[in-house]
Amino acid sequence: MKVLMFGWEFPPFYSGGLGPACAGLTKGLVKKGVEVTFVIPRKPSDIKTHVNLVSAEEVFGEKLIIKEIPSLLTPYINSESYKDMLKKGGGGSELYGANLFEEVKRYALAARKIAEQESFDIIHAHDWLTFLAGIEAKKVSKKPLVTHVHATEFDRTGRQGVNQHVYDIEKQGMEAADAVTPVSHFTKELIVQHYGINPDKIHVVHNAVEFEKADVEPHKLPQKTVLFLGRVTIQKGPDYFIDAAKKVIEVYPDVRFVVAGSGDMTGKMIERASHYGIGDKVLFTGFLRGPDIDRAYRMADVYVMPSVSEPFGLTPLEAIKNGTPVIISKQSGVSEVLKNALKVDFWDVNELANKICAVLRHQPLKDELLSQEQRELGSISWDKSADTCYDVYRKVLGR
Amino acid sequence: MTSICFYFQVHQPSRLRHYSVFDIGKNHYYFDDKKNKEVIEKVAGKCYLPTNALILDLIKNKNVKASYSISGTALDQFERFAPDVLESFQRLADTGNVEFLTETEHHALASLYSKKEFVEQINLHTKRIKNLFGQKPKIFRNTELIYNNEIAKLAESMGFKGILAEGWDPILEWRSPNFVYRPAGTKKIKLLLKNYKLSDDVAFRFSNKGWTEWPLTAPKYAAWLNSVQGQVINLFMDYETFGEHQWEDTGIFNFMRQLPHEVGNYNIDFKTPSEAIKMDSVAELSVPNTISWADLERDTSAWTGNRMQQSALTELYKLENEIKATGDKELISDWRNLQTSDHFYYMCIKYFSDGDVHKYFNPYNTPYDAYIIFMNIINDISQRLKNSKPSAYARFLNLMRKIK
Repeated sequence: MKVLMFGWEFPPFYSGGLGPACAGLTKGLVKKGVEVTFVIPRKPSDIKTHVNLVSAEEVFGEKLIIKEIPSLLTPYINSESYKDMLKKGGGGSELYGANLFEEVKRYALAARKIAEQESFDIIHAHDWLTFLAGIEAKKVSKKPLVTHVHATEFDRTGRQGVNQHVYDIEKQGMEAADAVTPVSHFTKELIVQHYGINPDKIHVVHNAVEFEKADVEPHKLPQKTVLFLGRVTIQKGPDYFIDAAKKVIEVYPDVRFVVAGSGDMTGKMIERASHYGIGDKVLFTGFLRGPDIDRAYRMADVYVMPSVSEPFGLTPLEAIKNGTPVIISKQSGVSEVLKNALKVDFWDVNELANKICAVLRHQPLKDELLSQEQRELGSISWDKSADTCYDVYRKVLGR
Repeated sequence: MTSICFYFQVHQPSRLRHYSVFDIGKNHYYFDDKKNKEVIEKVAGKCYLPTNALILDLIKNKNVKASYSISGTALDQFERFAPDVLESFQRLADTGNVEFLTETEHHALASLYSKKEFVEQINLHTKRIKNLFGQKPKIFRNTELIYNNEIAKLAESMGFKGILAEGWDPILEWRSPNFVYRPAGTKKIKLLLKNYKLSDDVAFRFSNKGWTEWPLTAPKYAAWLNSVQGQVINLFMDYETFGEHQWEDTGIFNFMRQLPHEVGNYNIDFKTPSEAIKMDSVAELSVPNTISWADLERDTSAWTGNRMQQSALTELYKLENEIKATGDKELISDWRNLQTSDHFYYMCIKYFSDGDVHKYFNPYNTPYDAYIIFMNIINDISQRLKNSKPSAYARFLNLMRKIK
């Protein structure tokens, strides 16, 4: 079976969860004997893209061919605060950058050409940026299309409103698809509710995480440490993290809170912490890369993911992999595969603080939680996700 | 002649409310009255009242006999939320065909953690049963049928004539549970062992359509009872089997209504535990390692198996001496209500992780939540302890120490 896959990023070039998810899934598919041609836009010239792409090719052997299309695109999402933008009554340009929509269209045109040249059985497009490409490829090839939903516009905006243009492309892509594969039941529900897609053609393909033993020196702070790691944007709920920090510090003054990552809300979060008078106990690391990410997880006694709307959420799995137990938002896809995590509604700051205190205070809780979470992590794999994905392919191909 | 000995366990825990770290030091009320009331009223309507009415009828018309132990935490809640249930048990007591057993007042695991507390709870419960039902219990039944040689010896030293345990194959080996035994190292006390196969046919399998014997009818079951060789068939089960675990529409009440009639076709009678232990014991039985009636393993791992459970129990019993020294009735009562085995069962990970939803019921959703709530309460109790004024006796002890 040959798959023509459209993505927007591929490791080592990625800004969010999309890149690693595409890599993990394709690795699993290739193992099953599926041939994957992975199409991505060209990377900005200031990053040594070429060498790394070649190394990605080597990982998959000849079965995964990485194609480049010229594109001027800068990272996936960079933004001013979306809330502010809505207040100003602005359009999507600030969230997505002036040229993004043009890029998406240009990518779609290039997709046409590639679809004409390549031979394949099925088209698989990841997220709205590539949906138009998928549709074009379907038009010229008459092959079935699978659209993979890693996130929707409702997630990215923390459900505070949507960019109509993005929403329209998402809807168009899902309607044109023969099958839609969201990363969770949480997202499936959202797609049915907000995009009116027939649930019968939606098949959940959960994300997974790769097991690579990170080799970093553990560095612990003298104080107990609570970690937030991810984009500091409305979707990820950093404000709930800071609010919970304030509550925890009322009970345990000697706890440190670390915000790792950057985003449009960083400034506001720094202000918020100092407004609460806990500025000295909340540390901001800025954007982290590679081994620093593993270091951050290992430094922490507990990892918190307070996302407002998280289609999946790979970071808790990364934390567990690094030996740190997790507290996650119930409004997340990962909570479907992690039964043994502490779970809270993202808005329930008191309960989040209560659970943080409990993990910090009670070693037996921390130990049991972590050992059960690690046991569960062991049963989550990209191979399983690839199995599910493969079944979807067979279904749309009528095999 | 073989006898049937019915023993029914009646228990409800005082479930804890969602007690947060922010309640510590501010709010000392730990129990979820709303939920507890709801459960009691629901189970009273589905099980306690209709089953008591049925048993009363069977006593009057078929000379059936039965025995019960009702935990103190269940009695507390009947008194508060469902006095008619308590009255219906008193009517059963008045027939003379019903025997009430002693258990630990708070359905506690004290036998594993504090002998002193264990004895005190047994005495409390004995006294309460005497007051409520006008009979002094002669038989002891430990929480969850937790049993070993030492517990039997202790029960004997406290004057009990009989004790109940699980008829578990590894302790019986080639022997049968359908005889009266003598616990190893005791002189007089006798041991009645649950016939778990026949008990569980009713308690667990009755409505299981995948079971080859389904549907279980009274004539069929009576024939099984008749085929048993031995002195006494001990049918021990949760009373909630009737109407709550097995709903009315499974036919469980009709089954029970017909059973005495069907049993009447054979040479079988009904005995209370006190009547059963009048028969001679056939052998001595040694149970050095603790057993219970729970799980396939029949051990105590459902309550003490993981680190959270062990830590919660250790922290709880650590407070015993200091709590008692305060003489503060409310504090002692709260501490005792925390000893109920269910609180630790809710922290059990093995059922939760296995996803065995039929077996696993937890008012707090996850074992981790159960532990967090429990430990927050322990924390508050410890603070109350620090702030409480010492009792006259404790002050006296302090004074003596200073004089020395």
